[in-house]
Amino acid sequence: MNPFKKILLNVSMVCTLTAMLSACSSVKPYQKSKLNDADMILSARKAQKFEQSFQLYREGASGANGGKSGGGCGCN
Amino acid sequence: MRKIYIHVLFMYLGILSTYAQTQQSPAKIDSSQYKSRKLKVDEVNLVSAYYHQEGNNSAVTGGIGTEKLSDFANTIDLQMSRFNKNGKKNTYFFEIGVDHYTSASSDKIDPATISSASSADTRIYPSINWTQSNEKTGNSFGFTGSYSTEFDYQSLGAAFNLTRLSTNKNTQFDFKLQAFLDQWTVILPIELRTGNKGKHGGQYDTAPRNSFSTSFSIAQVINQKFQASLTIEPSYQHGLLATKYQRAYFTDGSLRSENLPDKRYKLPIGLRMNYFLSDRFVLRTFYRYYMDNWGIRAHTAELEIPVKINSFFSISPFYRYNNQVGTKYFAPYGQHQASAQYFTSDYDLSTLTSDFYGAGIRFAPPKGVFGWQRLNMLELRYGHYSRSTSLVSNIVSLNLKFK
Repeated sequence: MNPFKKILLNVSMVCTLTAMLSACSSVKPYQKSKLNDADMILSARKAQKFEQSFQLYREGASGANGGKSGGGCGCN
Repeated sequence: MRKIYIHVLFMYLGILSTYAQTQQSPAKIDSSQYKSRKLKVDEVNLVSAYYHQEGNNSAVTGGIGTEKLSDFANTIDLQMSRFNKNGKKNTYFFEIGVDHYTSASSDKIDPATISSASSADTRIYPSINWTQSNEKTGNSFGFTGSYSTEFDYQSLGAAFNLTRLSTNKNTQFDFKLQAFLDQWTVILPIELRTGNKGKHGGQYDTAPRNSFSTSFSIAQVINQKFQASLTIEPSYQHGLLATKYQRAYFTDGSLRSENLPDKRYKLPIGLRMNYFLSDRFVLRTFYRYYMDNWGIRAHTAELEIPVKINSFFSISPFYRYNNQVGTKYFAPYGQHQASAQYFTSDYDLSTLTSDFYGAGIRFAPPKGVFGWQRLNMLELRYGHYSRSTSLVSNIVSLNLKFK
């Protein structure tokens, strides 16, 4: 990726995040029925546990997704 | 007449006073605040998966040869909780996992044997977590201890977790500190062994591999349908990071055991955003950028769209894309320079792209799955993975939740 594209991507990401945070509204507990839906949970599903494990072994990247970031071999 | 009036008046006052003498009600207790201090089982989860892969770039044989592998993995966890006398909630989480795998490439560590010790193995990994939380504020902290053992690898882990919630409970901050102190057996390919190490009960050397990581995560409710979280998880590994039974072949025809630096710094940054599109559709997204000091850079993006068929049944198709720039120490079979200090032919660390797609079903009827009240939820997922290096795999996972 050329440096201009990289800068553009970073700037757009920062703008998106800033816009998101400025759009935050105070949501009362009784207004959270949709946010408390089982599919809205902000973490990987339990059933994804072993998918994350094999992806960790078959790729060089790991972490920041709620999966394993160390411990155990995973060398096969 | 006046006497009668006075009697009637006293009678009336008497009746009133008898009503006034009704037993005084005790001070009102808010029953909603009452918390039983008995230890109770919150939930039990059983997660099982069967994974199978095929490929032709095994690192054990220097980047060529079969990568055929099957893994049957299972974990069962039990979550229990009780309130203490101060009203704080203590949660106890126990988990035990058992994986059994067969690996054709591991069988090539010593091809002379019909089946070497690593061609099939079982890993057992118990863990325990205690977390104390304040139900009013949502703040909590806890500790985890874990252990993992397999034929050539033992791992001891400890972790500390902390959660802080804003007053309006729309912002959550999570912090986690983890350490894994591992010990693994140095097994060399048969051609590179000296003496009688590893042959018929001979002793192997062992080497440490330690991993330390911290995780900072902030989750924010954006509005009534939208929430997001940002996670940064820097980690540091030290010790034997190369897999010594993996071969590397050089341009001069020589063979050596894989060699990699003994330090690795990793920096992944993950962003998760979930949007409740309508009563029927939810958008679940995840993006991660990863970098480390071995030169690996990766972008990972995931999209899952749960479709709610009714209030207790949903189908969730998903797609994951990964793009990775490989480590500078990687070279294919027979292409390492003799002058190289570090070298690997492990395609997991090479430049690659991968696609992973499939679907899951989630079934959580109010009267229990198959009418069994205790079986609260069933989730079944299937995924197909294909990597640009020609490796393909399939995985089926099942999660049963009991309450």
